[in-house]
Amino acid sequence: MIEITGIKKKFGEKEVLKGIDGVFQSGKMNMIIGGSGSGKTVLMKCIVGLLTPEHGHVMYDGRNFHHLKYQQKTKLRQEIGMLFQYSALFDSMTVEENVAFPLKMFTTKSKREISDRVNFCLDRVNLVDVNTKYPDEISGGMRKRVGIARAISLNPKYLFCDEPNSGLDPITAGVIDKLIKEITEEFGTTTVLNTHDMNSVLEHGDNILFLYNGLKEWEGAPDDIKAANNKRLNEFIYANDFIKDMFLNDKGDKKE
Amino acid sequence: MNLFSAFGSYLILLNKTFTRPEKGKVFWQRLLFECNAIGVESLGIVAIISLFIGAVSTINTAYQLVSNLVQKSIIGAIVSDTTILEFSPTIASLVLAGKVGSNIATELGGMRVSEQIDAMEVMGVNSAGFLILPKITASLFVIPCLIIISMGLSIFGGWFIGGVTGAVSPTEFMSGARGTFRTYTFVFAMIKTFTFSFIISSVSAYQGYYAGGSAIEVGRASTRAVVYSSVLILFSDYLLAQLLLD
Repeated sequence: MIEITGIKKKFGEKEVLKGIDGVFQSGKMNMIIGGSGSGKTVLMKCIVGLLTPEHGHVMYDGRNFHHLKYQQKTKLRQEIGMLFQYSALFDSMTVEENVAFPLKMFTTKSKREISDRVNFCLDRVNLVDVNTKYPDEISGGMRKRVGIARAISLNPKYLFCDEPNSGLDPITAGVIDKLIKEITEEFGTTTVLNTHDMNSVLEHGDNILFLYNGLKEWEGAPDDIKAANNKRLNEFIYANDFIKDMFLNDKGDKKE
Repeated sequence: MNLFSAFGSYLILLNKTFTRPEKGKVFWQRLLFECNAIGVESLGIVAIISLFIGAVSTINTAYQLVSNLVQKSIIGAIVSDTTILEFSPTIASLVLAGKVGSNIATELGGMRVSEQIDAMEVMGVNSAGFLILPKITASLFVIPCLIIISMGLSIFGGWFIGGVTGAVSPTEFMSGARGTFRTYTFVFAMIKTFTFSFIISSVSAYQGYYAGGSAIEVGRASTRAVVYSSVLILFSDYLLAQLLLD
């Protein structure tokens, strides 16, 4: 479980996060949604430690991340897997080397054991015959899957995904979402996702945190969205015609 | 960013860089890779420049010393001394600032923009130690080797052209070169070379590591790496000459 309290982050004079609280449960798909510039990515970067908030705490199962010593942070980071928006694969390494990278850096496994683990992870994300390819030789969807394979190679307790299906076609986006959901349930990871994709939110989300202008505007389950009377949340969700048709009648009132 | 805060963040980056590598084996692999990228791949350009520097120096010196009162062996002495003292360490380092410096800044800048450095940090890898330490270490090892090769080739170029053009006979050239050689000149050149190697690799790494978030910024970082490295090389060249030769 990850618990965040009072997270504030400023860039110069601009306060991007204005005090955000939230709890992300283990084995659940915790989704952070919000418009562009609402602070989703900054919040995620504060949680994983890429940015240091000016105020607030990030607790990983009771461990206050920003108060840990360097060695303790390094240890905790090995429990974190992250899928970046553009995959962030190391372009000088092959797919196999990318997935093996955390294993080589942080375990004492033999070459054979590393190879077995890499093949298991690639197999888990349904990738075959790509081991020797470089990131620029595979498609965007495959890169995302390699990114997931790399993120789960050390069996992380916490999985972060920054807009995992942006830039992908709807079918591939669905495959990636399903894969993340399966991994979350299979390994009991605490998964935190940033997304704009309302289909993904409604289909796979367990807990949703809606940010608006650096503040938590709303929090709840996908089923609660339909009943929510938050104006900003409704504007964000019903901006999508498909969702609008699904939830609203011709008069714009919510369907029963 | 003003000069002082830039210098401060440069020192912070160096502090982060000079830490014990997480995995010794991985560090050695990267070090060998960087030695090849920085040293072996720069050998061609350094060789061409050095040969021509020596050849042109010999012709220029012979042109200026048209007097029967001056022995021709002095041409060998001037060419070898200026080559060891100034031309090879400084000019080759300026060329390497362009080639190696821009390469380091672009590589790290590209990794910054595509979040590869963030990916390493999230995993718990000290990205500065992993990426920059092998580059600086390799530079400190291979650039001096390149400069020594450059000195040899430059003197060879002068010796060869002197003989071919008849400006100075090979025997007189070598006699002059040997006659004025002082070990301290070579030691001083090596001190300069180590300083320049550190400047090229660390300044370029700093520019690339903190590159902004777009392709244009990576290009700017690469340009800054070359410009700042070159200016610092010339400045430290003057400073070292003042301190160690005065």
